[in-house]
Amino acid sequence: MFSYPTVRASFLFLAIAVAGLLVADITITTANPWRDLGQFFLGVVTPNFFSTEGLLTALLRTVAFGFVGVTLGSFFGFLLALLYRFMPVRIFCAFIRAIHELFWALIFLQFFGFHPLTGVLAIAIPYAGIFAKVYSEILDESDPEPAQLLPKGTHAIAAFLYARIPDCWVQLRTYTAYRLECGLRSSAILGFVGLPTLGFYLESSFSQGMYSDAGAMLILFYVLIATMPLWVRPKVLPVYILAAPFFLGEGFPIVWGNVERFFTEDIVPAPLRNGEGLAAFSSWLGDVMVSEALPGIWNTVVLTQIALVATGILSLLAFPLISKHFGGPVRRTSGHVFLVIARSTPEYILAYILLQLWGPSMLPAVVALALHNGGIIGHLIGRQTNTIHLRPDAPQGFARYSWELVPRVYRSFLAFLFYRWEIIMRETAILGILGIYTLGFYVDSAIQNIQFDRAMILILITALLNIGVDILGRYIRRKLALQTMPTC
Amino acid sequence: MSGFSFDQLKASFGDKRVIGPLSLKVNDGEHVALVGKSGAGKSTLIKLLYERLTRDASLVPQGLGLVNALPVFHNVFMGQLDQHPLWYNTLTLLRPFRKDRAVISDLLNQLGIAEKQWSPTASLSGGQRQRVAIARALYRHAPILLADEPISALDGPMAHLVMNALTERFHTSVIALHDVDMALAYCNRIVGIQDGQVALDQPASKLNASDIMTLY
Repeated sequence: MFSYPTVRASFLFLAIAVAGLLVADITITTANPWRDLGQFFLGVVTPNFFSTEGLLTALLRTVAFGFVGVTLGSFFGFLLALLYRFMPVRIFCAFIRAIHELFWALIFLQFFGFHPLTGVLAIAIPYAGIFAKVYSEILDESDPEPAQLLPKGTHAIAAFLYARIPDCWVQLRTYTAYRLECGLRSSAILGFVGLPTLGFYLESSFSQGMYSDAGAMLILFYVLIATMPLWVRPKVLPVYILAAPFFLGEGFPIVWGNVERFFTEDIVPAPLRNGEGLAAFSSWLGDVMVSEALPGIWNTVVLTQIALVATGILSLLAFPLISKHFGGPVRRTSGHVFLVIARSTPEYILAYILLQLWGPSMLPAVVALALHNGGIIGHLIGRQTNTIHLRPDAPQGFARYSWELVPRVYRSFLAFLFYRWEIIMRETAILGILGIYTLGFYVDSAIQNIQFDRAMILILITALLNIGVDILGRYIRRKLALQTMPTC
Repeated sequence: MSGFSFDQLKASFGDKRVIGPLSLKVNDGEHVALVGKSGAGKSTLIKLLYERLTRDASLVPQGLGLVNALPVFHNVFMGQLDQHPLWYNTLTLLRPFRKDRAVISDLLNQLGIAEKQWSPTASLSGGQRQRVAIARALYRHAPILLADEPISALDGPMAHLVMNALTERFHTSVIALHDVDMALAYCNRIVGIQDGQVALDQPASKLNASDIMTLY
């Protein structure tokens, strides 16, 4: 078995994760974690939809921020995709998508304040970077022959409109619709840094122990996501896009003096700002590295590796739930419901809930990341097994799982897992805002202490770490000859 | 004048020479049939000629090069994208102009696929797709036709109709054909290709089918 490179790679990652578990802090610190969890579930099954009128407003704002952000992101992403063959454009896009929406929001909050622009840009910027990459991959896959046959002298734009776009239109549309769903999730969690979306109300009802209110919000959010195919129709889409900017709310006006000060003073490293020279700057930088960046990187990497393997194990356990090769319709339906809930809940919200219930340690983060990502990969793999035809006398039960199905889907399972590696790391870093000692924790503390120079350096380091993992993930996928389509 | 003459035509695939070096001179008004075994280099020669003639040639490639998501009308209209300004082409994509509709509908009618004008090309059969590519080449109306097996998916009467239309509309043509009888019936010069070289070059009137079969 160990002669397969995919198996060797899997065990190597498993060993790293086990070693990580030995050094990681995974204790449950609250006195009554299971009672709290029980109360939360009680709240979900007894939702209170009428506690505040703010709930509907929050839902509306969530949709509005999602629509405006994704629309702008896809527009600029498309323009960038046209220039994607140029290295500086690629690097620029890799950089802006390596910084999580919440980090962007934290940055814009410092100078735009609680203005709608903060939330819109926080979604639009990283999404533009992702759209640029995926759109350009889709465009590259279109058949080049029709363009070669066009009469010479055809305008480049006409050639593009006739010979390139129609061929990949369906894929572009499917991917954009899919990102719109991701955009609603991003929009919801922006509430956790104070924007008027669902996360804000979720956090305030949670902190007051109003679990029925929180439950109502979660249920509305699932309904919103699950019914998207019904209410997002090509015919009404232009109406939504034109109307969405008017439902972002007023926020607070932008103070332009703050904007100027942020760029000319706040983010300039303190020793340079005070004119203390390069020696002071290098000792300042050393201090940031030793006391914040290195512990942050260490914890982020350890947590990422544990969460990655936990995601993998959960996906492998979960995919039979929706596979037609096992069980009856009842189990498959409940399997579908479980996986839909797992993957529609943003990992940040899952982590927030578990953290409230179990207290701060890496455990809630690992469980949240594994549930969300495992839900996504389990769903994709389960769907893939439904296209497999087994011989009529194929074994049943566990033998069918281990001999017939897992070997067939294992390569695409690994492909999805390594594809999501970078996404898991981006999320891991951001979960620090909730109080786990990953990079996000140090960024958030620096901002609390009004040390924006430190925060910017730490965000830069986070971005570089993500880019590094992205490159490594792609290298491993190429080495093992794994291919995959993008998932968000 | 639509004749042409090229020396030193050659192409390699990796280390393997697939065509040439060879010279080909085609006179104004000639209809040349390229015959030979599959793999002899006919398609490569057609491609080489198209690279050199571009502006003056309509091409029907073996892969057809259709945009599957667009209707038949737009695939044919693409043959004249260079004739109109950008705004005109963009509007046509959304809503074609009446005079273009009439011309293209006429053309499709002659090829027996008039009722398919607004069907997505992806939904057509192999023979219908081939006729769309031919309609595009006819609509393009360049002085020279370069075609690679343009009747491979068409049945008897339709194959004759198409060959007739192609040799009538284009003053000069180079057509790769595996059907020797068709080559003799519609072309006035036969060029046989073997191992990337010209192995036979005669007026059609001096040849019969068995002369050509020696190439296979």
